[in-house]
Amino acid sequence: MSHAEAAPYQRPDLTGAPNVIEIHDLVTHYGTRKILHNVSVEVREGEIMVIMGGSGSGKSTLLNTLLGLLRPTSGAVRILGQDLWGISDVERTHLRQKIGVAFQGGALFSSLNVLENILLPLREHTKLDLNTMRIMARLKMQVVNLAGFENLMPAELSGGMIKRAAFARAIVMDPRVLFCDEPSAGLDPIVASAIDDLILSLRDAMGMSIVVVTHELESAFRIADRICVLDRGHILMVGTVDEVRASQNERIQNLLNRRTEEENLDPDEYLKRLTAAAS
Amino acid sequence: MAEAPIQGGANGLSTKITAVLTRLGEKAVAAVAEIGLGAVLFGQSVFWIFMGRRQAQPVRIGATFARCMEVGIEALPIVTMMSITIGIMLAIQGIYALRVFGAEDQVTIGLGLSVVREFGPLITGILISGRTGSSLAARIGTMRISQEIDALTVMGINPVRFIVAPALIAMFVMVPLLAFWADMVMLAGAGWYVTVDLGMTFSAYVQRLTETVTLHDVMHGLSKAGLFSVLITLVGVINGASVSGGAEGVGKMTTRSVVLSISAIIVTDMVFAYVTTR
Repeated sequence: MSHAEAAPYQRPDLTGAPNVIEIHDLVTHYGTRKILHNVSVEVREGEIMVIMGGSGSGKSTLLNTLLGLLRPTSGAVRILGQDLWGISDVERTHLRQKIGVAFQGGALFSSLNVLENILLPLREHTKLDLNTMRIMARLKMQVVNLAGFENLMPAELSGGMIKRAAFARAIVMDPRVLFCDEPSAGLDPIVASAIDDLILSLRDAMGMSIVVVTHELESAFRIADRICVLDRGHILMVGTVDEVRASQNERIQNLLNRRTEEENLDPDEYLKRLTAAAS
Repeated sequence: MAEAPIQGGANGLSTKITAVLTRLGEKAVAAVAEIGLGAVLFGQSVFWIFMGRRQAQPVRIGATFARCMEVGIEALPIVTMMSITIGIMLAIQGIYALRVFGAEDQVTIGLGLSVVREFGPLITGILISGRTGSSLAARIGTMRISQEIDALTVMGINPVRFIVAPALIAMFVMVPLLAFWADMVMLAGAGWYVTVDLGMTFSAYVQRLTETVTLHDVMHGLSKAGLFSVLITLVGVINGASVSGGAEGVGKMTTRSVVLSISAIIVTDMVFAYVTTR
């Protein structure tokens, strides 16, 4: 039985909610290789948007572009009304304080303990006294169910705890937008389900918009308000979980049914392709 | 029909030459790009050191102090041990060479000048390259692989201000201090050997040193140490930031960092000596 069936989740009605992220005609290259082909999509306020796709679909490139780590060849990314690549470095730094990111591997600083990792954005961007910052950091640790592990070093944490610590650091500044890169990748089903619960509770408790990049179908269907399906740098569709499930698009069905493209081919046709490639 | 292989051979040779020239050209462009990156990093570091507070992003004193401890205090035992050893070695070789002319008692002149102008800063630079330069490259390389540098960027924390500037300050302060310490220890080690071998008193040895070595000589050596500290930091940072391909990549770039920084130190030392000594 899937978790979605075990714990049905009442999704909020976000009709008419303003957009917090707007991506228009985004084109991105790695060298001469075109990765994203005129990608356009919007994320609404308070929405959990899952960017889903197989390996090489361009979802990590899209995330890196949204995070301002990769400059697009053309197109625009507007986050909270500001053009990410049209503003000054100082303005971008201020914009980044309203954004939280939970990286796939946690990206915790190995020389700092858990509490110091979570404190870091507060220390760098606020003038609060250390005690207040500690209280704020400990509150966020409670939110992610990591209380009591303040003094552990990242190397002493399990995979699930690293993800939780990364979430705590990502939300410590109370961001309006949270990006999560493969939040449940590499975790056992129980811990992965707990991370999904955490994402849902963060949206409900803090009202933030969340963009999740994942290839985990079960997780995507459980948490998403809408899903953006990427394939080879193109958006195949953007829709609700039910719309994606009901899609007749062959590539989407391949992704949902975990089939490779070759498996859909007639065996004779597949053999012909192989021999043609070999010759 | 007989011409075809000859033509093919000529074509093959021309292709090989073209390939070699292309590779040379690519390496030259990459080297120039690395030097450019070093200049940019240095410029950005200086900017954050002096303008960071105005930008509400000061270079953290705590981080700088921690780097100073790593670069300076923790390197004291190895620098001390190597300096004593090299001091004694220089005294042995100096006395041996001057014995040919019967001028062993003049060894202090050579020792004093060669240690403070050359060996102190050079040996310190080489030791710090192997110890701190490699650790800086490995640290930044690991941070790059584990997305810690990306994390800094998306948190609105400039990685140059957060990682490079404290390291640069610590190196610029601590390497000349270490070089001065190495000068003292090296001269003490050499002095011990001179007193034993030549029967000269230690106070007479020190007296001769103070007559020979001027403040200008000491500053000459310490200036080089300052220059070496910048080179080691930038080479370490550039190599660390260029890491790709996981743990193997970190190992490769760390080795490259040590080799390049030691080479850069020796070449710079020669140029510095040529420009300021002749």
